[in-house]
Amino acid sequence: MNSDTLNSDSPRIEDGPLVTGRGRFMDDLPVSVRTAQMAVFRSSVAHARIARLNVDEARLLPGVLAVITSREVMAHTAPLAVGIRVPVECWPVAVDRVRYVGEPVAVVVAESRYIAEDAVDLIEVDYEPYEPVMSIDHALKADAAILHDKLGSNLCSDRSFCYGEPDAAFEQSDHTVSVDVLYPRNSCTPIETYGIVADYDAHTNTYEALTNFQGPFSIHTVVARALKVAGTQLRLKTPPDSGGSFGVKQAQFPYVVLACVAARVAGVPVKWIEDRVEHLTASVSATSRQTTLRAAVSSEGRVLALDWSQVEDVGAFIRAPEPATLYRMMGNMCGAYDIQNLRIRNRIVMTNRTPTGLNRGFGGPQVYYALERLMQRIAVELKLDPVDVIRTNLIRSEQFPYRTASGGLYDSGDYQLSVDEALRQGGFGELVTRRNAARREGKRYGIGTTACVEPSVSNMGYITAVLTPEERAKAGPKNGAISTATVSVDPSGSVAVHVASVPQGQGHRTVLANVVGDELGLDAAEITVVTELDTTRDGWSIASGNYSSRFAAAVCGAASIAADRLRLRLTEVAASQLNVRVDEVRLIKGAFSCADDATRAISFKRVASTGHWAPGTITGDGPPPLRETVFWTPPELAAPDADDRVNSSLCHGFIFDFCGVEVDVDTGQVTIDKYVTMHDCGRVLHQGMVDGQITGGFAHAVGAAIYEELAYAQDGSFVAGTFADYPVPTSMEIPDPVILHTCTPSPFTPLGAKGVGEGNTMSTPVCLANAVADALDVDDVQLPLSPTNILKMMNVAEPETSTPAASPGAFASRPIHGGGSVTVNATPLKIWLMLLDPQTLREIVPGCHSVDRVSGTDFVAHVRFGVGPVSGDYKVEIGLFDLDEPHSASLVGNATGALGNGSGEGRIELKPVDKTQTEIVWEYGAHAGGRVASVGSRLLNGATRIVMNRFFEALGRQAQDEGSPSGAEPGSDNEPETGLIGRALDRLLKRGDS
Amino acid sequence: MRRIPANEQVRVSVEVNGRVVTGQAESRTLLSDFLRHELGLTGTHVGCEHGVCGACTIRIDGDIARSCLKLAVQVEGASIETIEGLAPAPDSLSVLQQAFVEHHGLQCGFCTPGILISLDTLLRNEPNADEMRIREVLSGHLCRCTGYTPIVKAALAARDRLKELD
Ligand code: FES
Ligand code: FES
Repeated sequence: MNSDTLNSDSPRIEDGPLVTGRGRFMDDLPVSVRTAQMAVFRSSVAHARIARLNVDEARLLPGVLAVITSREVMAHTAPLAVGIRVPVECWPVAVDRVRYVGEPVAVVVAESRYIAEDAVDLIEVDYEPYEPVMSIDHALKADAAILHDKLGSNLCSDRSFCYGEPDAAFEQSDHTVSVDVLYPRNSCTPIETYGIVADYDAHTNTYEALTNFQGPFSIHTVVARALKVAGTQLRLKTPPDSGGSFGVKQAQFPYVVLACVAARVAGVPVKWIEDRVEHLTASVSATSRQTTLRAAVSSEGRVLALDWSQVEDVGAFIRAPEPATLYRMMGNMCGAYDIQNLRIRNRIVMTNRTPTGLNRGFGGPQVYYALERLMQRIAVELKLDPVDVIRTNLIRSEQFPYRTASGGLYDSGDYQLSVDEALRQGGFGELVTRRNAARREGKRYGIGTTACVEPSVSNMGYITAVLTPEERAKAGPKNGAISTATVSVDPSGSVAVHVASVPQGQGHRTVLANVVGDELGLDAAEITVVTELDTTRDGWSIASGNYSSRFAAAVCGAASIAADRLRLRLTEVAASQLNVRVDEVRLIKGAFSCADDATRAISFKRVASTGHWAPGTITGDGPPPLRETVFWTPPELAAPDADDRVNSSLCHGFIFDFCGVEVDVDTGQVTIDKYVTMHDCGRVLHQGMVDGQITGGFAHAVGAAIYEELAYAQDGSFVAGTFADYPVPTSMEIPDPVILHTCTPSPFTPLGAKGVGEGNTMSTPVCLANAVADALDVDDVQLPLSPTNILKMMNVAEPETSTPAASPGAFASRPIHGGGSVTVNATPLKIWLMLLDPQTLREIVPGCHSVDRVSGTDFVAHVRFGVGPVSGDYKVEIGLFDLDEPHSASLVGNATGALGNGSGEGRIELKPVDKTQTEIVWEYGAHAGGRVASVGSRLLNGATRIVMNRFFEALGRQAQDEGSPSGAEPGSDNEPETGLIGRALDRLLKRGDS
Repeated sequence: MRRIPANEQVRVSVEVNGRVVTGQAESRTLLSDFLRHELGLTGTHVGCEHGVCGACTIRIDGDIARSCLKLAVQVEGASIETIEGLAPAPDSLSVLQQAFVEHHGLQCGFCTPGILISLDTLLRNEPNADEMRIREVLSGHLCRCTGYTPIVKAALAARDRLKELD
């Protein structure tokens, strides 16, 4: 193996089509002309019984082919299987009860996506609300509402583990240091959303689904079981290009089931492309975790034992591959440190939030957030240098391969050297000088440090650590991590490679062409690499897919073994054609030649094509050398043993990060001044790709640490449903990190490479948090490090942000509130009568289809209302009270619709200005839930104000028979919305009620 | 302004990448959907449909625009440029595209078409744009793969190369 060729930075094979708009992503591919489109009707409430679901009107809409509810889904499927035995049924649509905002309740199949969405708006549902359980603390309370009745509580797993002698260590230690931390929910949000085209053949009872799913393909068995077919009756295919995933696209499997059922019921192929609001609301989240971590520490800062208590929130259902997030780090719970006494308690709870699944880092961010906050606290409490505390505890280079307390086997590393080099090359000394100078100027500047072990190539058996040894024995062993690669030659002697890997931007084709080209003495440009997967046609196994940073270490390894085997067989053919011994043949630059006479040569192509054209001339055993398929699994990945020890990952890279941040005490803004990240990921196969993984992971981590949170309101509404409300950082927020490398090749992988894709999502959030703790001199740090949280940490009240012209009135405490006044040319009585007249109301309420008076003071209206991407029909019930004709009235209202719900109250006063003019003064407060809430109350406030203004302007116009109101009163908030936001809102609203 | 009844299909004629093309659209059809599914120009991507991610960015009459925030019927008679029109020939790349390849300015490539349109426009209008200006324009786009660092590098390299060629 020629290391220079491999550690190359060659341009990517993938790029040509991608930079010219000729990529082949999910939604770019041609489909059968019979294909219909699917749209999903989702729950607008967090927790409720479905009292009534009416899809009749949706079914009758022209262009609708089918509306599918839990009845059809249950008729054709079984619940989605999960790795632990609990009485929790997870179906791809809500059955009788909804448990999170965004949970699918029904799906519509129609001729076009526009019609399908129209039909979704016609679905009516009545909910009987239950108490929403929105936090881990709440879920564990004895009197909390229970999500799954048969379970009897919200706790679905509670296991404890003990390795070494933690109790003795705590007894004997000089100090105990502990941290209590909460890791919030976030998601890596690939820019391409989920997409599926599903079809069903009734004659063979076979499903086919093309989807930008990313693996692991163990999920294939979950889907096949749910569809009640044999594995071979579910043909799962992936498109050539996928627009990012970072784990997230694993979680589209419930939708694969749903689309398959939809295709079966509708009798046509069905296509679904998820939209962004759906993605943020209901695709998948990383887990939120509450951790208490205690350490027994000597006075020198040596950690003698760790005691973990972790409570994981997996959302409304425990869904495959959970509880993997909680168990992925099982073998490396002591991080980069030599600690042999360890206690762990792992609990899993369910809450009324979106179910969780793979997300870059997968368990690492949660674990290292606690562990590395703890290391920083040890330094502070024992008055030691944080870097010294890290160094004192690091595993030493002579200890490798190192067996951790919980059974992990660290392959290689020189952690001390990596730290030293990082400090030296990264300029740590200068950074300290910088901090001191900044502090002298009165700035809040802090330095953070972090050491992490980055696990990669997951053991398919680690998740069974959630079972007791007895349960495991019963279920049978699970282990290994099979990777699959095929290298073949065609009749022209050219080489193709296929792997079961499913890349989403990691440049697999380029790296594989380099690896295989290197083995076969060919130029990378001569190798064709195919990475799309077809489960019926291609070689694959349950570990196939692109996750746990397994590509370089495992998949490239398998490809190099396959290429090596083919090379050996072809060398035999060449030897016989050259009439020399096999050991006398060399393969260099596209030709086999004699070692002692380079002029006696025969081209690679010619030798490689022999098996096709003249197989009879090939001597020796076995079939002609046309194709080698390798299924490689490392022996180090054994099943958990009887003492619950498990080597959860094959490779363990090392990361040491440090950074300097400045916190603006007035605004709570955190600015990253410098970030240095040192990686030992073993042998680097492609420098550009490795550094790209680091900058990409770093950006995700900065987003998770400072900006992003999949946030919910107390009532269970989801409030981060757009990219405006879930603020993914841009090029203005992400600094360029300084990237450094050391290299200790892995002895366990064929090429010596280790994974590198996830490390910074584990190390960076806590490194930044440690820096903030240093800057503010605080003990507890809460992510995200948003201005709100920073000011809270500093015990400063958040400055009132600009809700323009907020009314001071009685409703100001409501999330949406406002008021205003307008003077119109009409008497109070005339206006009063108009306000009580359904016909008039129908004409002047923006977006109103109908108004009916159900009693003297009660009305029911059907109104279309929309903000931005979210618009839909609402049924609004309004009741008037405190009537003082014709002077004033109070009203309460409730709105329900496909996209959310709301309630509000208000008051109107009619004040005569003179004989002909009346001033109408109004004030309202409201609250919104469901999808509409997820676009953010910022937008809703403005939107509501515009609707109110339009209503009263229209009223004024109507009252004076198409005249115009005499104008808005200065100082009220019904001044026309000006500026960009106002105009944008107006546009969005118009789209909503068109 | 032309009034189009809801649900009625109308013909929309527009110049795209130098050729006049015609397709059918409803009044509510988004321009992004029209380009992708009616005209088959799938290089323009859709990442949010609410104007934030920038994946759907195209040029309309020389100015950059979010095609997900426009209706197809609004561009009748306009001149549009999409990612498919950026390369000088099918087998070659523009200076900016080439710089993206050389500096690994893309990974999955889903955000890339929109970014290339914006940066191409910037370098055309402001050939001396500095790093801050490039970052500013780039901040109208979300990329989840690259962390932006290599994109900024690619843009700076393209800027320098274009100046050399000038
Ligand atoms: S799709 Fe248009 S900005 Fe995101
Ligand atoms: S390259 Fe994947 S989102 Fe930018």
